Amino acid sequence: MAVGLSGFAFGVTSASAGLSILQTCALSLLVFTGASQFALVGALAAGGNPFTAAAGAFFLGTRNAFYGLRLSQLLALPRAVRPLAAHWVIDETTAVSLAQPDRRAARLGFTVTGLTLYVLWNLTTLLGALGAEAIGDTDAWGLDAAGPAVFLALLAPMLRTATERAVAGLAVLLGLAFLPVLPAGVPVLVAALAAPAVLWFQGRAADRTEKGTDR
Amino acid sequence: MIVWLAIGLTAAGCYLLKLVGLLVPAGALERPLVQRLAALLPVALLAALTAQQTFSTDSALVVDARAAGLAAAALALVLRAPFLVVVAAAVAVTAGVRALGG
Repeated sequence: MAVGLSGFAFGVTSASAGLSILQTCALSLLVFTGASQFALVGALAAGGNPFTAAAGAFFLGTRNAFYGLRLSQLLALPRAVRPLAAHWVIDETTAVSLAQPDRRAARLGFTVTGLTLYVLWNLTTLLGALGAEAIGDTDAWGLDAAGPAVFLALLAPMLRTATERAVAGLAVLLGLAFLPVLPAGVPVLVAALAAPAVLWFQGRAADRTEKGTDR
Repeated sequence: MIVWLAIGLTAAGCYLLKLVGLLVPAGALERPLVQRLAALLPVALLAALTAQQTFSTDSALVVDARAAGLAAAALALVLRAPFLVVVAAAVAVTAGVRALGG
């Protein structure tokens, strides 16, 4: 249900960002990781060049590599199947697989969740793209708020400790401060530096506490 | 054509990221610093994207009806509403404020 709505919201957002129905559906079929797709069409709508726009989407997709690492041990798939299975390595399939009691159930959970979501995500994307044309002025319906709301809903459960909150706060400041002065798509990449910056400051603070015991 | 280039780059990049996790030997990405950075990178990107897509039009910073919509989404999240309600609240409040001339 949630995937259905965000698929629809993605279709609408992408179509109102100026992508054709074919381009919108190609993204859902070929990329199949929601946050990266929203980020890409957002950057293109803002006039970003294809390289910076794709870079933002790519960095958002890095988490899938770590999901794949955990699934690789859990599912122990034959090498020949891995390139096919890779396309379905996303937040939801990882969560379902990790929740299963054994390897058999995990493989089944991965396959069923992957197939269901892939079909649902692509169908609702198509409906959204078609719907956007029928609706006309999507802004009047507030649909331009769907993208940021999806991002916020993904972000909220990640803000567990002060570290995550510091990274988020710094990223908001950097992202907004550089928006008027740098080309579209670049400010979000600058904001990504908030992650290593906060880690570096934490490392320094930890060093200083250790040295502080000498004084 | 430019849009297709962006789609091709994103599709290839995102697919390779998914594949690399399944193919690399366990332990290669398990260094604590790499793990920490990988967990924090989406936090930074999602926070920046949320702010930018709420408070900007092209390259100008603006506060409009979307800010009210995002506040509604934040409130829904605090109240532990399901994903569907969070997005619906943002859309409905943004549309409502615009209809009232905000």
